[in-house]
Amino acid sequence: MSANFLYTIEVILNGLMAGVMYSLVALGFVLIFKASGIFNYAQGVMALFAAMTLVGIQQGQVPFAHLINAAFGTKIHHFGWTVPALMAILLTLVVMILFAILVERIVLKHLVNQEPIILFMATIGLAYFMEGMGDLMWGSELKTLDIGLPSGGSLWLEEATVGWGAEGSGFYGLFIDKLDIVATGVALALVISLTLFSQYTKTGRALRAVADDHQAALSVGISLRKIWVIVWAIAGFVAMVAGIMWGAKSGVQFSLSLIALKALPVLILGGFTSIPGAIIGGLIIGVGEKLFEFSIGPMIGGATENWFAYVLALVFLIFRPQGLFGDKIIERV
Amino acid sequence: MTTTQSNSAQVSKSVISGRASAAIQPGEELLRVENVSLAFGGVKALTDISFDIKKGEVRAIIGPNGAGKSSMLNVINGFYHPQEGEVWFCGKKRRSLKPHQIAHQGIARTFQNIALFKGMSTLDNIMTGRFTHMRTNLLMQAIWRGAAEREEIENRQVAEEIIDFLEIQAIRKTPVGRLPYGLQKRVELGRALAAQPDLLLLDEPMAGMNIEEKEDMSRFILDVNDEFGTTIALIEHDMGVVMDISDRVVVLDYGKKIGDGTPTEVRSNQAVVDAYLGVAHD
Repeated sequence: MSANFLYTIEVILNGLMAGVMYSLVALGFVLIFKASGIFNYAQGVMALFAAMTLVGIQQGQVPFAHLINAAFGTKIHHFGWTVPALMAILLTLVVMILFAILVERIVLKHLVNQEPIILFMATIGLAYFMEGMGDLMWGSELKTLDIGLPSGGSLWLEEATVGWGAEGSGFYGLFIDKLDIVATGVALALVISLTLFSQYTKTGRALRAVADDHQAALSVGISLRKIWVIVWAIAGFVAMVAGIMWGAKSGVQFSLSLIALKALPVLILGGFTSIPGAIIGGLIIGVGEKLFEFSIGPMIGGATENWFAYVLALVFLIFRPQGLFGDKIIERV
Repeated sequence: MTTTQSNSAQVSKSVISGRASAAIQPGEELLRVENVSLAFGGVKALTDISFDIKKGEVRAIIGPNGAGKSSMLNVINGFYHPQEGEVWFCGKKRRSLKPHQIAHQGIARTFQNIALFKGMSTLDNIMTGRFTHMRTNLLMQAIWRGAAEREEIENRQVAEEIIDFLEIQAIRKTPVGRLPYGLQKRVELGRALAAQPDLLLLDEPMAGMNIEEKEDMSRFILDVNDEFGTTIALIEHDMGVVMDISDRVVVLDYGKKIGDGTPTEVRSNQAVVDAYLGVAHD
């Protein structure tokens, strides 16, 4: 096999892996959008907040340390213990569930039956609030997230594929980050369990019911407020998973919340109401981005990854505005 | 009726019977609205309406367009809260409750413009109707094995019985959005029945149906009433059907009650005849 062909394969594989990361974020958007018609601008910040909380809990940081120190002239920063990774993840999950309850109580409850744009504005406010809250609680410096996930290139894969290249071609086997492989597995497990949950449990059906028809859902005894808390809690859980994966890959820092913007083209491709759409949209963006950079990037000066996704989304908006899997928009006059 | 049919009806009977109203004997009052008035801004939808629904009967609410029939159902099921008046259910005065709480008390309904979960299959729609009977919490459902699985199987059985009863086995797995109108109406009835309600509210169950579909629907309504003893309150425009299947009829016009009684009584009521034939109101 020619080296060029093998490199292309490697680019595609790495694109798929990057796509999984986008899908993870997009998944959180779709869940909330389907159930409540809210485009949750805060999804990216939720991922950042979850990652910060996880690191903070794990390292035994004192929340609001800066605030406490400023108010009382103390100099506390850490409790002096570390929490095992699994325990820290569970505690973070508890925090995200509490967050969901608070969002429902303080924000959503008062905005029932409002225009989507107003709810969208509310989530923008929420995003900035959470960002500030995260900084206040855990500090704004760059943190490393280490919960023992494997990282670095997969030697096994390299050794298995090194023989594919021609002698002396400079091909040393396919390179894939182990963390990306783990992320793929986690995303797959997440999607499968979410699908099973929504198909075969009472709450899963209730979630789908609310997505379809609020009045009918009420008439069979489903409390919308309870469902919203559950949806936001699940979205918080998905955000946490995304936050862990992205945080482990590139550190926990403010730019993490900007990956939410990359989820937007993913959603336009996949459709705002489709979970498989979010996954496949993410993969297409991931692969498209990497392939474009690899094949056409050098000709036009590179750095195409910054804008490629948005241009692709624009093309989709022109030719297929409902996305690949979204509900078709039919308007009757 | 063939033996197999009556057998399946026997099985269902044990399943689709009431619960909260167990203390109330057939023929006694199940629900009463008292001096209910409802207004939207300056528009009066209902003015000083009082009537009762007895356990085990088919009670029709009729009246010309805009008479306030649907508003009345919406008051009973909690979508609207009347400014004045009271609703008594199972012998107790009802607090102002949310619709989903009222569903848990045992009142189920269908809608004038079919409100099904369009993306879900017939079976899933009917399973969603079992919501008030399912008690496991989120954690148990996430674990699935054990309580949640058992509950799912038990309730699935009830759902399947309702599917048999309504003769919709062939469309169990079809997303309801793809079904023709008449079948959608039937699935919606199935979802309401799945709740095993003490009181079943049907808002124009036969609107837009052809004669054959109307006959089927009438038969199902009567069967539900006969075999399971379910109390039914229904709104219907087809006078022939109303007179055939209902025990008692309330007549509304311009939000006021103008008649109440058996079909024969109502038919000979001059105010009712005037309302329908369009005598000038002076």
